[in-house]
Order: sequence, then C-alpha cells, then structure tokens
Amino acid sequence: MEPSELERVARQIRLRDLQAVYEAGAGHIGGEMSVIDLLTALYFRVLRVWPDQPKHPDRDRFVLSKGHTACALYVALAKRGFIPEEEISTFLKPHSRLNGHPNCNKVPGVETNTGPLGHGLPVAVGMAKAAKLSGARYHTYVITGDGEMQEGSNWEAIMAAYQFRLDNLTLIIDHNRFQQGASLSDTNDLAPLRPKLEAFGWEVSEINGNDMHAIVPALEHRGDRPHCIVAHTNKGHGISFMQDRVDWHHKVPSKEQYETALAELSEAL
Amino acid sequence: MNAPVTPPKLYDCRDAFAATLERLASDNESIVAVCNDSVGSSKLGGFKSKFPDRLVNVGIAEQNMVGVGAGLANGGRLPYICGASPFLTGRSLEQIKADISYSNANVKLVGISSGMAYGELGPTHHSIEDFAWTRVLPNLPVIAPCDRIETAAAVEWAASYNGPCFLRLSRVGVPDLLPEGHKFELGKANLLRGGTDVTLIANGTLTHRVLKAADVLAERGISARVLNMATVRPIDENAIIAAAKETGAIVTAEEHSIFGGLGSAVAEVVVDNAPVPMKRLGVPGVYAPTGSAEFLLDEFGMAPTAIADAAVALIKRK
Repeated sequence: MEPSELERVARQIRLRDLQAVYEAGAGHIGGEMSVIDLLTALYFRVLRVWPDQPKHPDRDRFVLSKGHTACALYVALAKRGFIPEEEISTFLKPHSRLNGHPNCNKVPGVETNTGPLGHGLPVAVGMAKAAKLSGARYHTYVITGDGEMQEGSNWEAIMAAYQFRLDNLTLIIDHNRFQQGASLSDTNDLAPLRPKLEAFGWEVSEINGNDMHAIVPALEHRGDRPHCIVAHTNKGHGISFMQDRVDWHHKVPSKEQYETALAELSEAL
Repeated sequence: MNAPVTPPKLYDCRDAFAATLERLASDNESIVAVCNDSVGSSKLGGFKSKFPDRLVNVGIAEQNMVGVGAGLANGGRLPYICGASPFLTGRSLEQIKADISYSNANVKLVGISSGMAYGELGPTHHSIEDFAWTRVLPNLPVIAPCDRIETAAAVEWAASYNGPCFLRLSRVGVPDLLPEGHKFELGKANLLRGGTDVTLIANGTLTHRVLKAADVLAERGISARVLNMATVRPIDENAIIAAAKETGAIVTAEEHSIFGGLGSAVAEVVVDNAPVPMKRLGVPGVYAPTGSAEFLLDEFGMAPTAIADAAVALIKRK
C-alpha cells in the first residue's frame, strides 16, 4: 500500500477508534490518535503477517508496549482481518476479549500481554534474540510511549539489544511529549532521546510520526544494529481540540465534542 | 552399644539441575538458559561450554531477563531462566505476572539459592517470600523439590510441560530421599512414611528434617505420616484432606515465611474441607538474624526435635 492509501486507512482507523471510545465511555484516545499512523503503516505495509494463521512461525512480531492504546490496535487488527470488524463494538463490554489492554491468548495477532509500562521492549528483545538463535528471518517491532521510556526496564533491554547485536529489532518511540498527568518536560524529561539511544549503540532515525512518507522508509530501514525510530507525533492527532492537550490522555468526548471530532475526521476522509 | 551412625551423603540440587538441563539440551536444541550474571551460582558453566550460543546472559537486569525469556518462548525457544530466587521473583514479579503467567509463556523460572541459602548475607538475600509471590499467580505451577532425584525429575518434567512453571531450588546439601528413577508428577504429594497420629508436610530442604522428626516421634511412640509436597500450586488436595481425616493433626515446615507459603496453602485446603488442628513452622514474620541456613532453620524451630515437640503439642489439641 502506498502512502496516500495508508493515510486514508489511518483516517478510517481514527474514526472507528473515536466511535469505539465514545460508545464504550472509556479509552485512551489521545495516545491512540498519536500512534495510529504508525500502526497503519505496520499492518498495511510493513509487517509480514497472515491473519488466517496468526501464529505462523515466520510472521513478523509486533508488540504494542503502550498497551493502554489497545483500542487502536484492535481496530487495526480488525481492519487487517485478524478479528471481525463488528467485534470492535464490544470494546470494554462484559466478557469481551477486547479489554483495555491487549491479551495474546484471546486476541489473534497480539503477541504478548501488555499494560504495565516497560514490558514490551524486553519481550521484543527476547523475540529478536530467538530469531538469531533459530535462524528465523522475521523482524521484531515494538512501540513504546515516550513517557514509558522512564521505566528502567527499557534501558536494561536497550543495553541487551546492542550487546546481542539485534539488527532484526526496531523500536519505535511514540514521542508525543505527554504522559498521563503532565508533559514529559515537567516530570522526567528524556528529550532529546536520540543521543541517549546512540550512546547505547543503537542506530537512531528521527521522523515525523504522523507523516506516512517518513514513517514507511523508517520502518523498512535495515542496518547492522538495533534501530530506534524516534517518531515525533501529536497526542490527539487529527482532532483539533485534542491535539497536544494532556487532558485527553483518557478523557471521553462529550456528545458535542464527539460530533465535532467525527466531522473533522470524516471531512478528512 | 549402638552401631556408629554414618551421616548420609549430601547433594547440592543445583548439580542435578545443571546436569539434567545439559542432558535435555543435547536432545532439544530449542532449550536455552537465560541468566543474570549467574553462570556460576546457577551452575551453568557446563551448559555454557557445551552450548555457548544458547546461554543468554543479560547481565544484572532481572526485569529484562524475565521479559527476554517471554520473548524467547514467543520465538519458539524453550527458556530456563535461572537466577537467585529473591531477585528473580521479587525484582521482576510484575514481569512474571504480565509476561509469563498472564501471557502463559512457555518459560521455566528457576529460583536458585532460595529460602535461607544465603543466610549469612542477610534478609535482602533471603528468599522466604517467593512461594507467596508466585503461588498467587494463575497458570504458574510452583515446585520445590526435596532432593537431587526429585530436582532432576522436575527439570525433566518442566521441559515436556507446555506452560510456565517456577522451580524453587536451594544450594544447601540434602540427602537422597526418593528412589532413583522417580518420576515427577505435578500436584502429587509423595507419601514418604505412613502414620496415624499426626501428619508432617514439607518440601525442599525441610523434607529430610521432617523425616528425622518422624523418627524422633516414633521413639516417643507417636505414629507420624510424612508427605513430601513438592508442588505448592496446584496443591494435592486429596492427600491433605486424607491426612486431616485420617491423622487429625497436621504440622507443616518450610524454609519460607509462615505467611503465604506451603503451610498457608495446606491450611486453605484444611479449613475448607476438613478442619483439624494445624501448626505452621517457618519464619514467623520477622527478618532473620545472621547465620547459616542450617543455623537459621534450627533457630526458627525446625530442628527435628523441635518439629517433633511441635507435633506432640499439636496432638494434645486434637
């Protein structure tokens, strides 16, 4: 799929995500809007996956470490054919397998359970290391939030990935500059991320994470070291009144706000 | 005059663990060992020599170690994650919950030097909470073998079991108790000695102590049943209920806090099914003084004679 087509799919995913969060009365819409372009490029261009064989041994691995944005993942998985599209309407409902954080034993296409922050990258390091041990050709991708990089476990994994020379691992940091309760710069500011990753031996690309023309080549890049993409994104991207506002981490739009957002996203389609 | 008593030979269960893992790895190339700078203390030197590429040493980083193990399993490898039990379980408990237990990753966690094995190093290094921390997690069998034979059997069983488990090993020498060729069966207690007046239940390094206590009780005319309860979760409810009904009193002994460990697990079954007087021996909710493991077990009332005394006191409450 070419970038213009990917942009169209991303807008459709945004729209469905907005509807699902509004109908469920909960979700993490700000971080979902920031990460959807990356998810779209992965599922509709980059990842080698077989929705009818979700555990195919040669599949590329993807881990959504920022598991609280599960709804966006579910919509992408549904659109890609892993789960029925109509199932999105069960998001957060009693006994739905689509809970607020992805479950690998219930939802096809989810590789490992995430939710608590700082878990996805160590697991992804293990996946990439497994491929090195077995000679498998799959590539492993993981998306973390930028606030999530405050977890020390990530830095343990960053050290190991370089030590193990994992050129089959790509870390994408969704750098929207906001965490749950504040901007990164007001808590434990990790920016700039690039020199820190480079100091640990990684190759680093810095891109506009809401621009498909930048996202696709960055995801497809292959080098001789673990690769980190610092994806500069906007929390609430695509919805004017949410954009770059910390209070939209897990706020639910009112009816009026929902209709405004719906109109903005539909207009873009 | 009594015949001279030759003390039984004591074995470090880590040797049985390492030898079995190396043997299994020779036949199964998916087996990998993961450790945290613990090649020596986990006795992985031989594994490293034989399979250098399959020894994944993450350095001193336990949270990453457990996550890496989950990822290795996702990629079709069969990881045995080895580390000192206090740090493997405590430092990375949330990783064990989310990445291993909740994800149901096919990973074998091997807690080395558990209990009071690091007695002299102080309470930071004592692992007397690991049963409690792991036993509460679904999908995660918790197993503490009593000797080198059961250790080898459990390590072999783990390789064929499709799911995660936690093996709790000591480094303190224990005698052989089970017969050569013993097969490990998950959730099944071994009846080591029949008895009718009281039942003694233990695992790990305490099993041989409760057997000695049963000898002491026999000298006092008391018939003690002895159960080796290697599996703390899922626990052998039938054996516990039968012990409660047939002997009317149960003493548990463990190298663990009395809160949340083997004794608690047995008590849960007893209170739900066949309430009888019980005594839980272990570390009574305190941080231990310095001293060797053997010293500390004696200090906390788990010398064989002290276990026997506890049983006698308990029988009076029947």
